Amino acid sequence: MTQTATPSAADTARESAFEAVIADGGYIEPKDWMPDRYRKQLVRMMSQHAHSEIVGMLPEGNWLTRAPSLRRKMTLLAKVQDEAGHGLYIYCGAETLGVDRHELVDQLHAGTAKYSSIFNYPTLSWADIGMIGWLVDGAAIVNQTMLAKASYGPYARAMIRICKEENFHKRQGYEICATLAGGTPAQRAMAQESLNRWWWPSLMMFGPSDKDSPNSAELMKWGVKRKSNDELRQRFVNLTIPQGQALGLTFPDPDLRYDEATDNWEFGEIDWDEFWSVVKGHGPCNEERLEARRAAHDNGAWVRAAAEAYAAKQRAARAAVAASPRETRRRS
Amino acid sequence: MTTAPNSTPATPSAGDSQWPLWEVFTQEAPGAAHQHAGSVHAVDAEQALQNARDVYARRREAISIWVVPSITICASTPEDVGPFFDPANDKAYRHPQFYKTPRGVRVF
Ligand SMILES: [Fe+2]
Ligand SMILES: [Fe+2]
Repeated sequence: MTQTATPSAADTARESAFEAVIADGGYIEPKDWMPDRYRKQLVRMMSQHAHSEIVGMLPEGNWLTRAPSLRRKMTLLAKVQDEAGHGLYIYCGAETLGVDRHELVDQLHAGTAKYSSIFNYPTLSWADIGMIGWLVDGAAIVNQTMLAKASYGPYARAMIRICKEENFHKRQGYEICATLAGGTPAQRAMAQESLNRWWWPSLMMFGPSDKDSPNSAELMKWGVKRKSNDELRQRFVNLTIPQGQALGLTFPDPDLRYDEATDNWEFGEIDWDEFWSVVKGHGPCNEERLEARRAAHDNGAWVRAAAEAYAAKQRAARAAVAASPRETRRRS
Repeated sequence: MTTAPNSTPATPSAGDSQWPLWEVFTQEAPGAAHQHAGSVHAVDAEQALQNARDVYARRREAISIWVVPSITICASTPEDVGPFFDPANDKAYRHPQFYKTPRGVRVF
């Protein structure tokens, strides 16, 4: 606790201690000293991630009432509930950085915070629910498995919890895809049409190419991310192509080919104009999603008010009991 | 030596607050210790327990849950880690290897 060094020397010491933990592949915990920029980047990244989980409930929620069987409805409900949980795990992790959840939620509602652009695409057919589970959760698994080793302890722990749940999400989606792909010609066509729409946006989920991703380099330097966007994207493609082939579906990419030398599935150029346009708010459903979030928040106001009023009443009742004479208390 | 956590509960404002923060501890199986799982916002202890169940125990991850108001937790600080835990290091006599046993005797 003795501080004989000048502030700047102390700062340097703390900074090098921080760097040493990072270099060692260790963990930073909430009360540890961290550079301002590390904290800011984490708040930005974790809140974006939490918002994605929450907004991500909307495209799937769209089909809850129209799921084709009770089994599908039950599993989809459980899946969507998990996504709410994921959002809460990550908000809780972000709060350890000294922000309040309501600030983050306010930013989402004000349209100043980002979330994964994939959720700005519409779910037009039942097959889309299968594709989301297979592709979107599949991509999320690739990303989150890496983040489970992030240098910020609370983020890593939230990711470990999430990763345990994601396999169910992916498998329920893949089962839907497999059922449709093995069904009537119309069902098969529905699955193919859906894959055609979701394939490219799924690849965009990994973010801009490394050369256009300024945040990525910094996050990798600090061990928040351990792999680059392009590496993760390639890993996802390699895992997913055989799964699609097993279903007899084709991917909407004429340049797709297996490269024996690298053991990679090479894929065509991503339409980055589309990516940036959706990120900047011009996707098919950006407005609709934010509107739905705001409405959900506003329509829930009476529930929050009621819970608060009930808690106040309970507190008052307890206080009254505590203040009452001993004899009365013993009898009650 | 100890400090309260930096996170203060959001001020409850009618109808639109995020409510105080509660730390959640879950016990996974009989005989296991309760472990920190995360946190929830809740208006009171009862709601904190229900929220904790919904958020941290959807798959039988818990057979018992504790919720504790976050502001009541006191924690050691990273700066104090050295001096605070130091006395443990120079007391080798707390470990069995410190003690000699007669040759040829098998001890445990
Ligand atoms: Fe999720
Ligand atoms: Fe998921």
